[in-house]
Amino acid sequence: MTWIAAALAFWALAWFANVRLANSAISHTLAVRIAIPLIFGLTLLVLWEGLVRGLSVSPVILPAPSQIMTVFAASTDILWIDFVQTVIKGALRGFLIGAIAAFVAAILIDRSPFLTRGLLPIGNFVAALPIVGIAPILVNWFGFDWQSKAAVVVVMVFFPILVNTVQGLRETESMQRDLMQTYAASYLQTLLKLRLPAAMPFIFNGLKIATTLALIGAIVAEYFGSPTRGMGFRISTGVGSLAIDLVWAEIFVSALVGSAFYGIVAWTEKRVTFWHPSQRG
Amino acid sequence: MTRGLAPILTVLVALVAIWWLAVAPMNIRPALDIAERGGAEVTPTGSVERRDVSVWRLMMNNPSHVSGGYSLERPRLPTPTQVGQEIWKTTGAMVLRGRAWSKRSLIYHGWITLQSTFWGFLLGTTLGILGAVAIVYSRVADMSLLPWAIISQTIPIVALAPMIIVLSNQVGIEGRTVPKAIISAYLCYFPVLVSMVKGLRSPAVSQLDLLKTYNAGGAQSFFKLRLPASVPYLFTALKVGIAAALVGTIVGELPTGAISGLGARILIGDQFGTPLAIWSALFCAAILAGALVTLLDITQRLTLRRMGFRS
Repeated sequence: MTWIAAALAFWALAWFANVRLANSAISHTLAVRIAIPLIFGLTLLVLWEGLVRGLSVSPVILPAPSQIMTVFAASTDILWIDFVQTVIKGALRGFLIGAIAAFVAAILIDRSPFLTRGLLPIGNFVAALPIVGIAPILVNWFGFDWQSKAAVVVVMVFFPILVNTVQGLRETESMQRDLMQTYAASYLQTLLKLRLPAAMPFIFNGLKIATTLALIGAIVAEYFGSPTRGMGFRISTGVGSLAIDLVWAEIFVSALVGSAFYGIVAWTEKRVTFWHPSQRG
Repeated sequence: MTRGLAPILTVLVALVAIWWLAVAPMNIRPALDIAERGGAEVTPTGSVERRDVSVWRLMMNNPSHVSGGYSLERPRLPTPTQVGQEIWKTTGAMVLRGRAWSKRSLIYHGWITLQSTFWGFLLGTTLGILGAVAIVYSRVADMSLLPWAIISQTIPIVALAPMIIVLSNQVGIEGRTVPKAIISAYLCYFPVLVSMVKGLRSPAVSQLDLLKTYNAGGAQSFFKLRLPASVPYLFTALKVGIAAALVGTIVGELPTGAISGLGARILIGDQFGTPLAIWSALFCAAILAGALVTLLDITQRLTLRRMGFRS
């Protein structure tokens, strides 16, 4: 009972603190803007811990955060092997291949307005499809190791990046293109100096969508067969053998990797598109 | 209309043509294996020797067996017609025989998937709208919820999916509809939340001021100004959300153990080595996604026209 009471008391206290902070005079400072979501996240963790301990939930059903962290610290070697197999070998390679392929395809397609008009609706449609389902087919084609995972990732990230890049390349106004023409700029010069920079917000939008898709693809593909390592392999076997705390440690790793991957792309975007209105102010 | 349709059709025909051509190199090895077992002359003999030879060379050496790759029972890559026939066999043909709800029918599995998608969509949309209202009206919610909403989408839900299924089983929830709906709600609430925040904040300051001069209360300005103004944003988000909800349901059906639903058909097709079942389930999922988005698109047009929005 004391655990539940303590957790609830912490919740009330944190809520009170956040309300005071958000309505205070210093609510615009960076420290407060970071502190408020941090307190909120911490509250969720404390509630989880308190409820699991207070209601004495079996660790086979739902382990407490503290227990997950203990397992995480104790099995960093396994988690690192899985991280290398799934993220570095599968997701990252697939992401790079898919992004480059989509980028090149977009620039080629862009030269023909006819193709662009035909491909945009189809690409938009395909981007909304449950492409993860293609995972068993590609595992069958490319074998159990990381090649098949990378292949799934390539297919999953290709269309969102393609559609966004093609859309971005159409973003320049006729005035701007006319100006380039008066400078006697060649196609390549116009592309490099005007159209690609203008397309960058769109390209990064596609890349950001693709970061999550890349991890999803790499993990799902491991459900359909993998060498005896990898995050998806560990999760699917861990659920079967009741090693639930290790599964949660893997989930924690995937959450960290997903957020970091997204954060890196968002940070790069800030650097590249510093001129865009959404990045100023 | 015809001007917009011509390029789409051209690209579609090109895609199908590429698919058709790719069948030959993809299927040449199993086709040669079967032909050799049937007693035909194949160069080089033996599937082990052929493993080191490229598919192009195999096709040049055995031109008469290339066509065999187009009618395999278990192809590595089925032809478009094979997939079409398989879909017809498991949908239309079964309806004609009055067995539309048989466990072998894709209509039955599609219906299971559709149900979970629908509940997840409903749950996700409700959560998204409520969250957006909280964010627009409360500074605390704005500052604490929004960052976590973004972080929640960077976490690959597939890692969580098996856990959600195990957890809801342990808590005593029968069947898979609830965990699948939770997974699809997780994927579908985010676009709704973001768009609704944008939509609820879209009225201009002058419009809000006007309502203030009318002495309108908070509820009145919400229902008469903010909510109607957010409808176009809502529909755009709903179209993204329903597609995401379908993806979520299928992901929820992929981990081992599921027996019904389109995702389970993919899984079972993989376990029993029947690629045609995988491909037909995939295309059914695509058709389902297309139908759902189109349905919402039509609703959007009708609603916005009735509300007096100019497109």
